[in-house]
Amino acid sequence: MTHISATVDGTHRQGEVEPRLLLVHWLRENLGLVGTPIGCDTSNCGACTVLVNGKSVKSCNVLAVQIDGAEVTTIQGLASEDEWHPVQKAFKECHGLQCGFCTPGMIMASVDLLTENPNPTEEEIRDGLHGNLCRCTGYHNIVKAVSHAAAEMSGS
Amino acid sequence: MTDTLNETMGAIGRPLRRKEDARLVTGNTNWTDNIQLPGTLHMAFLRSSIAHAKITHIDTSAAKAAEGVVHVYTGADFPGQPGSTCVWPVTDDIVLSHYPVICEDEVKYVGDVVAVVIATEKYLATDALDLIDVDYEVLPAVVDMEAALAEGSPLVHSDKGTNHCYTAPVPFGGNYAEVKAKADVVVTRRFINQRLIPTTMEPRAVVAAPMGMTDEITLWTATQVPHVLRVLLALLTGIPENNLRVVAPDVGGGFGGKLQIYREEVLAVLLAKKLGRPIKWTETRSESILTMHHGRDQIQDIEIAATSDGQILGMQVHLLADMGAYLQIITPGTPLLGMFMYSGIYKMEALDFKCTGVYTNKTPTDAYRGAGRPEATFAVERIVDELAAELGMDPMELRKKNWIKHEEFPYTTVEGLTYDTGNYEAATARALELFGMEELRAEQAVRRASGDPVQLGIGISTFTEMCGLAPSRTLGALKYVAGGWEHCTIRALPTGKIELVTGTSPHGQGHATAWSQIASDIIGVPVEDIEVIYGDTGRSPYGMDTYGSRSLAVGGQAIKAAGERLVEKARIIAAHQLEVSPDDIEFNAGTYSVKGDPEKATTIQAIAFEAFTAHNLPDGVEPTLSGEATVDPMDFSYPHGTHLAAMEVDTETGKVKLRKYVAVDDCGVQINPMIVEGQVHGGLAQGIGQAMYEGAEYDSNGNLLTASMGDYLIPSSADLPSFITDRTVTPSSTHPLGTKGIGEAGAIASTPAIVNGVVDAIRHLGVNDVLMPTSPQNVYRALQAANKGGAA
Repeated sequence: MTHISATVDGTHRQGEVEPRLLLVHWLRENLGLVGTPIGCDTSNCGACTVLVNGKSVKSCNVLAVQIDGAEVTTIQGLASEDEWHPVQKAFKECHGLQCGFCTPGMIMASVDLLTENPNPTEEEIRDGLHGNLCRCTGYHNIVKAVSHAAAEMSGS
Repeated sequence: MTDTLNETMGAIGRPLRRKEDARLVTGNTNWTDNIQLPGTLHMAFLRSSIAHAKITHIDTSAAKAAEGVVHVYTGADFPGQPGSTCVWPVTDDIVLSHYPVICEDEVKYVGDVVAVVIATEKYLATDALDLIDVDYEVLPAVVDMEAALAEGSPLVHSDKGTNHCYTAPVPFGGNYAEVKAKADVVVTRRFINQRLIPTTMEPRAVVAAPMGMTDEITLWTATQVPHVLRVLLALLTGIPENNLRVVAPDVGGGFGGKLQIYREEVLAVLLAKKLGRPIKWTETRSESILTMHHGRDQIQDIEIAATSDGQILGMQVHLLADMGAYLQIITPGTPLLGMFMYSGIYKMEALDFKCTGVYTNKTPTDAYRGAGRPEATFAVERIVDELAAELGMDPMELRKKNWIKHEEFPYTTVEGLTYDTGNYEAATARALELFGMEELRAEQAVRRASGDPVQLGIGISTFTEMCGLAPSRTLGALKYVAGGWEHCTIRALPTGKIELVTGTSPHGQGHATAWSQIASDIIGVPVEDIEVIYGDTGRSPYGMDTYGSRSLAVGGQAIKAAGERLVEKARIIAAHQLEVSPDDIEFNAGTYSVKGDPEKATTIQAIAFEAFTAHNLPDGVEPTLSGEATVDPMDFSYPHGTHLAAMEVDTETGKVKLRKYVAVDDCGVQINPMIVEGQVHGGLAQGIGQAMYEGAEYDSNGNLLTASMGDYLIPSSADLPSFITDRTVTPSSTHPLGTKGIGEAGAIASTPAIVNGVVDAIRHLGVNDVLMPTSPQNVYRALQAANKGGAA
């Protein structure tokens, strides 16, 4: 067992973990942060995307021991106490979700995308999110939601 | 557009933002895998890596001794126990199969269950699988359907003596041989409707637990059909139905893949009962791809007969449908769900239909978005294009010449269905306007003339489908063992809040929002005061669940009827309170007022409280205020639409690009146009996925080659364009709300639109078919074959 500590959604967390434990299992099984779902075991789908030190990572593809000392943000830590993140608002406003299973990962990947490129074109959004699969929406309204959020965040 | 209504009337038709989303965008969700009960034991499955083999020996002793392992079970522990069942034995002489919960002596497809480990932790359960030693005697695998039917083929079920599951010849109207004899043109094609994998984003998951207060076992499961599942679990396990509660919590997509009774569900329930502890299992994606049922997989031999001026006379449809290794819930019936749709929107004198189901050593097939209707629509829309090419006619003109004109409704088709309403002219006109057909045809001509390596093609799909499964008597006549009704109870609580209990079971469709909109209009209570309860046989005891675009078409009728009953009961109480006759009471937007004296009024919320206290009710009126209805639909509904695709095909590399897609759908009255549009988008992505990207591939030994998301390509955001969508509105006349259904339309219509477009782009090079998916490889092969002098 290996000792790790990390800041997860603003709270200091620590524990003893097996070296093979995946980050997503640490979040879900050990910390009870079940808002981050698991959609595959091959890092294709992106449903488990979280931010580690501000960058999006697929948490099924990272070992818990690798995030020792890092800051992790999941979908459950994205909103402030009184207000959703603009990307969360935009997904609802633009009907960018149906079953909602890909949504946590899709939103976290979008947050990272907009951090890197605050004003993306449709093509840049489609390219930037191609590692996050959705089976319900055909992506049409997801793309719209990210554009909408970009506009809201840049104040235009 | 607003989130909430300040007034109560007119909720229907508004693009209200969804109630469901607050939980889903914040991660405050309740997926089955989220459930962690104290004392849970975890299941892990040892699955066959061989498509067909005898199990000669299993040694589980090392696994049993491993850390954390509580039990290891094999087929010997559950002799004769079925793990699934078929509720639609489509013919009297169908060859049924026993689907064991754990294989006892033979495995029949890669993924079949050989043993199950029960351990205290998920990782430890998986670790122990490696310690189970199995000896197999490999048997020849049956992979190809036609080979399976050939004499001397190895048998999937040796005790049955055949791989032939059933043949259903259906004597639809007319005599095809006669119309063929008088036809000027007969076009024959073989289409391959390839095997697909549903690929819900949420894998399957189950938690079964004895809940302690009674003998009840609760099963939480990622299912579309909690009600159907409860009945079948009772029948298969022997646990009394009244001791079973099935809950579908948040469910992450279904598309038919979760319209099933799975052996993992049966085992979880049996083991929770046997061990007295919660049992949990969540599949990996690899397991899901192998063992969630697959869809489609038909060989379609289609013939169409017509006059030289383009009058369609009749069609002959002979299908081979791959059942896979076992029959599951509606495996044999799935291709037959399409049999009424082969004439599509066209008038014809005769249709000859025959379907043969075949066993193979592959994952069982069953319903996948559209279930039989996409296959039918693909065949008819493809063959009509081929007929147009043969006749030298414009494919849209050929369609216009043959489709049912709007003034001809109601129209009884050659299959004997009566389409109540439709307006193919209006939907097509709107689609052509949005598409810019003339400009695209001009560009196509230029590219052809210049020999541009990138050719342009235009794909058309004018389709209809049947929704609203289903009138129960019709289902009975088709040998389906259940009914097709739907239930709703609407309860007005003492505080004026509303509980709407529905038997539908959503998994992304937004029922909580849309059902509130319907009820709001009928009972006059704001949308935000209505809570929709679903997906739990404990809280919503009656229902037939969600599939086949039935939820609104059938469930919507139950909501309307239940709401009206509630309003009528409240009217009697209101009249008593206001001291007039019920006939003198008007009801509008939640307010009961005396005719001619609108100041004398009360609200439905006030009546709810009166009905609760029961201090001053009229004689003979029972306390509490609710309305309840179970509605059997009088007919199917028939949404339709016109879809157009502009396809670019690189003739040097075979690469296909979808440049523009227009979908104009007519689903009748829309309760929430935003949700309708979302359903269209998602359906399009799946239909386009079949046309361009997806396909389950097996090798000759029965190994699934597309066994990961890296190999089975569902479209990503980079693989699709934005869609241009619109609707025309031709209300259904057989459904009280005028609605028809939209969940499957996109998936049904888009596949032939894409392939027609690809073929249109390269037809002048001698190509008249391209296998799906229209991958660069398949397109290049079609071009090469044409180049060698023979069309595909």
